[in-house]
Amino acid sequence: MAATQEEIVAGLAEIVNEIAGIPVEDVQLDKSFTDDLDVDSLSMVEVVVAAEERFDVKIPDDDVKELKTVGDAASYIAKHQG
Amino acid sequence: MSSTNRTVVVTGIGATTPLGGDSASTWEALLAGRSGARTLDDERYAGLPVRFAAQAAVDPSEVLPRPLARKLDRSAQFALIAAREAWADAGYTARAGEDTSVDPDRLGAVVASGIGGITSLLDQYDSLRDKGPRKVSPHTVPMMMPNGPSANVGIEIGARAGVHTPVSACASGAEAIGYAVEMIRTGRADVVIAGGTEATIHPLPIAAFANMMAMSKENEAPEKASRPFDKTRNGFVMGEGAGLIVLETAEHAAARGARVYAEVLGQGISSDAYHITAPEPTGDGIAAALRHLLENTGLKPSEVVHVNAHATSTPLGDLGEIKALRQVFGSDLDHMAISATKSMTGHLLGGAGGIETVATILALHHRIAPPTINLTELDDEVDADIVRDKPRPLPEGTISAVNDSFGFGGHNVVLALRSV
Repeated sequence: MAATQEEIVAGLAEIVNEIAGIPVEDVQLDKSFTDDLDVDSLSMVEVVVAAEERFDVKIPDDDVKELKTVGDAASYIAKHQG
Repeated sequence: MSSTNRTVVVTGIGATTPLGGDSASTWEALLAGRSGARTLDDERYAGLPVRFAAQAAVDPSEVLPRPLARKLDRSAQFALIAAREAWADAGYTARAGEDTSVDPDRLGAVVASGIGGITSLLDQYDSLRDKGPRKVSPHTVPMMMPNGPSANVGIEIGARAGVHTPVSACASGAEAIGYAVEMIRTGRADVVIAGGTEATIHPLPIAAFANMMAMSKENEAPEKASRPFDKTRNGFVMGEGAGLIVLETAEHAAARGARVYAEVLGQGISSDAYHITAPEPTGDGIAAALRHLLENTGLKPSEVVHVNAHATSTPLGDLGEIKALRQVFGSDLDHMAISATKSMTGHLLGGAGGIETVATILALHHRIAPPTINLTELDDEVDADIVRDKPRPLPEGTISAVNDSFGFGGHNVVLALRSV
């Protein structure tokens, strides 16, 4: 069953917490991975790979650069999840 | 004063070793004569000829936050921990620039490792084989590159005068300190953090070193296995950790009122051109480095009261070192207190020159030479005064010490330090 938007954001928050150490409550839709959440370009790859596993979705490298905020990622996952 | 004769002093020290998570606890254990070697219980070591090592007393995961630690090879974790201690110990309170007493453009970092991020490389190969290419960490390259520890330390303290990584196997840490001295003497930097780090405790490097017949295989008594200069010595014990020091010009240290531990007189460097791993048996290569050191620094053998020997506990290596010391220092060797701290720390490979320079500095600073443990029967051919069993006080007045480091490939690096 596909994850809801709320579940996706909660899942991304756990992933960002694990990788960058940011408290889960700080991972909000409008937050930029790079500017607000201490996720650099290498760590972003880790976030993407963890999200792919968790939400059964493929995120090609070319699409990763479009995912600037948590909201961008949540919408992408909601649209493409299997 | 020309840039070539600037006086270089040590203002900060940091270490994380098999004997302690910082330089103070390491020094205390060295004076107490404690061994850091332990059995490796992990089943990954079950079938190996060597099943013990001197693991870090404090695991870096207990010190560094997880999000940072997971991006760093274990060797870089050790380096960062030792760097933070050394930087604070030198009296710096923030990154260069933020702490206005040091200019980032005049600050360098030279942190060496002999092997590089090998455990990261091997762990990521396991991921590739077991889980596929997508599961190989995007941090793998900066974790396995040998300049990773140096670059991470440079980022940490804001060093912009240059970050370097000399690689010369087990002489790497000492060569890094020599390089730092040159950076300061040639005017490229006023302050440099330097030393060595290593993290190679993993079944593959252990199997590889064991198959070279370089390691002691005394699995029944790990703490007794490293016994430099003993008649029955039979190889080195692998250790891990890092030792770093902050070097700066005497003027820079004085201008900010920094505490000075010792003066670094300089280095002597040579190469054996003999065999890729076997030590040159006459000690001529090492002797060339020692002569270079005396010429380079103006140091007289009569001024040297202490030698922190390279002495890894291998049959050939320990003897070649003593022959070289006797060849160059002559009868003056008789009044030098020689310590082989690897009897306690194990051999940190590229980290050895770092932690042994820290030990040499503290020996001068506290005027006491740490003991060589496990020495029950001195090798008849070791014609030198080895500090055995318990520490020995060093004389008052101005005293100097030498720290030896040699590496596979025939690298010989000797450093000279003087009390202040």
